[in-house]
Amino acid sequence: MDFILASLADGLLLGFIYGIAAMGLTLIWGVMNVINLAHGPIIALGMFTVYLLFTFLGIPPYLGVLLAAVFGLLLGIVIYVIAVQRVIDAPHLSSLLATFSVNMIIIGIGTAIFSTSPRNIDLQLWSISLGPVTLQGTRVVASFIAVLVTAGLYYFLYRTRQGKYIRAVANNRAAAELVGIPSNRVLALSFGIGAMLATIAGALIATFLPFNILAGGTYELKSFVIGVLGGLGNPVGALVGGLILGLLEGIVPTFTQTTWVPVIEFVLFVIILLVRPNGLFGAKQ
Amino acid sequence: MKTLKNHLGLITSLVIVILIAIAPIVSGNAASREVVFTILRAIVLASSLNILLGYTGYVSFGHIVFFGFGGYVGFYLITAQGQSLWVAMLAGGVVSGLLAYLLGKAILRLRGAYFALATIGVNEAVRAFINNFEPFGGPTGMTMNFSVYQEYGGAMKALEMSFYIMLVLALLVVVLSYVVRTSKFGLGLLAIREDEDAAEVMGVVAPDAKTWAFVLSAIFPGMVGALFFFKNGSVEPLDAFPLHTSIEMIVMVMLGGQGTVLGPILGAAGYQRMRGLLVTSPIFKNIQLAVSGGLLLLIVLFVPAGVIGWARQRWPKLRRVLQ
Amino acid sequence: MMILQVQGVSKNFGGLQALSNVTFDLPEGQILGLIGPNGAGKTTLFNVINGVYTPSEGRVIFRGKDVTGQKTYHMAHAGMARTHQIVKPLNDLTVMENVMVGACFGRESHNLKKARQIAEEVLDFVGLAERAEQLAGSLNVGQKKRLEMARALASHPYLLLLDEVLAGLNPSEIAHMVDIVRRIREQGITIIMIEHVMHAIMNVSDRILVLDYGQQIAEGSPEEISQNPKVIEAYLGDPKLAERLMEGGE
Repeated sequence: MDFILASLADGLLLGFIYGIAAMGLTLIWGVMNVINLAHGPIIALGMFTVYLLFTFLGIPPYLGVLLAAVFGLLLGIVIYVIAVQRVIDAPHLSSLLATFSVNMIIIGIGTAIFSTSPRNIDLQLWSISLGPVTLQGTRVVASFIAVLVTAGLYYFLYRTRQGKYIRAVANNRAAAELVGIPSNRVLALSFGIGAMLATIAGALIATFLPFNILAGGTYELKSFVIGVLGGLGNPVGALVGGLILGLLEGIVPTFTQTTWVPVIEFVLFVIILLVRPNGLFGAKQ
Repeated sequence: MKTLKNHLGLITSLVIVILIAIAPIVSGNAASREVVFTILRAIVLASSLNILLGYTGYVSFGHIVFFGFGGYVGFYLITAQGQSLWVAMLAGGVVSGLLAYLLGKAILRLRGAYFALATIGVNEAVRAFINNFEPFGGPTGMTMNFSVYQEYGGAMKALEMSFYIMLVLALLVVVLSYVVRTSKFGLGLLAIREDEDAAEVMGVVAPDAKTWAFVLSAIFPGMVGALFFFKNGSVEPLDAFPLHTSIEMIVMVMLGGQGTVLGPILGAAGYQRMRGLLVTSPIFKNIQLAVSGGLLLLIVLFVPAGVIGWARQRWPKLRRVLQ
Repeated sequence: MMILQVQGVSKNFGGLQALSNVTFDLPEGQILGLIGPNGAGKTTLFNVINGVYTPSEGRVIFRGKDVTGQKTYHMAHAGMARTHQIVKPLNDLTVMENVMVGACFGRESHNLKKARQIAEEVLDFVGLAERAEQLAGSLNVGQKKRLEMARALASHPYLLLLDEVLAGLNPSEIAHMVDIVRRIREQGITIIMIEHVMHAIMNVSDRILVLDYGQQIAEGSPEEISQNPKVIEAYLGDPKLAERLMEGGE
């Protein structure tokens, strides 16, 4: 029982972070119908930003998270301008391959520079004990930041002009253009924000788990699963989907081996794609 | 003579495959044979994928699952059941085709990016499952006792034989690709690629046609998987289901020209050659992946029809030869 | 003999009632004109008849067989062909290949060789013979409409559904197309056509059915319809404007 509680608590805390990673993916999908296959490497770059700033410049990891966010925003805009812009209206294969080529470029250069050996920030914070459950400070802070980021994203999307533009373009790009919304700029910004959420997720993960340049791939796949759970294009769904996945990862090891987790995740993923392509909470087709 | 002329596209493609394979056949050089073996494998995989991707317009990001699954089943039959390579290859092709049939019934209902995502999910699910499946050795996979090769005249002979089998498979897949492309069934696939709803209104039974295209695109990868891991001597989940190779297959098809017979052949050969050069070059060795990525991006952005597609647009007269 | 019977067909999408209780019989060999303001449910009715949608209520009987809820390809095999209001050419295939798809997979299910022969005839009939080897994507709108027509004809259907084949054409193209429609009927093919070009449809149809907000508000000969006050009112709410429309102005 104690083990179950501890496992659940860990899973839940991780779920918040999965949630924002997936939010980045699903935001880009919702706005421009592009599945960003460079999502994983961007997450990894978020990890490395915090790591490098901390190891070489001594910048505190949580300040590093902020800088990683800024870096992610700019990186996303650059990727959009170079690779995505031209294929945005082309068949899906084009945008999938364009973002995948960005994936290859980042991983290729990243592997050459950093190799694939594991890195670790080894940040030590307090920990709280609640009965049998011990919560590590780094995980608590990270999920707290994830919640703040989600709230911030909501404020941005619903209360600011740029955010409303993004929602308008997501809703109907042609109509948004007709009323004078600069759609290309809005798309670039959306891609930037999507990438920013990815680097933040990566940066937070780096504060309490070891990683290497390929580590983003796992979280990218999890983001797909979560995105589909919550409904592609639906940011709240992404957070809830993240929590569900986190809980699942907490529960499964209590009755079978951890290695079965991915089997269950991906089978679930395919089944949901088939029966509820708009997500568990989306409208039924 | 007239029939030869009618099938100029097929003849060109077959001749090119043979030309690609000729050097090690003539010289008997083992190293060069290894290089060409990899190219032939790429040709089989890319041409198979092209039946689904290029003709039918469905993007499978997890097509390598058929290679891995066929490979595992074949390997298991050889090592645990003492079956011959021939049985293993046959079984690899059959089980992959069967898997494709069942999967196709389910996931080919999805369109566009949803289908692509589902194929990634399927590949990951199968890999994760095999990782846990003890009869197939779990995460460490299986290895082959060296004595297995005795039946085929020793390890050296077995390697050489594998090369020729791969060549035969490559030629067969080209014939299949051509036959499909020029058949009534193929016309239905092309119609689905262009506009599935319109095709159905004209009477194309899209659900069946797509499923059979999926099956046809899975059989040869399954056979190649069995052959590849027989030659390799061991099989493990990471080697059998590399998502990356899946996407490289797409790159090859795109590079040469999707929807053509010759395109995937040239794309596969070109991509493997380039990769070989990059891997051995002292400058590019470490960033060969990045260079491949950059190349892919340039193709997607500027030559989406691929080399053959571009040539067909540029010189319509050559269409008969470049199919 | 009735080739098509539509009995009490309704279709709703969520809360929207696109068709309610549409009923009519279509004798073999006739041309039925289907008119009504935009959004009246005309294309939806086509979609129900040829299997794109399953009706929420009612039945569709084609050549004596209940075909309610059958898929579009079943309808094609049974001998029904249609064109689309928004043309759907198979862009990267040649004009010839487009038409061959119709012949290969339609009612008669021909092999490639025979299909090519039929495609040649049909392309000649609609006046696209010189463009046979061109890619369909490179045609202009008028040619694409004729291509849609050719594809449908190549299946040698019993019933042909034409969805606004005249829209967007210039007067000489319209005249050409109307001529084609007449000649198709002479071959014994029954036709239902949706049209906004009034003089054309009044001229060519044996009977007219009028839809408004999914309701079937009138049915009769072109003369009866053009004098039906309900139709005139529904059409524009302004009898004068409607009159002008009836007289044949576009």
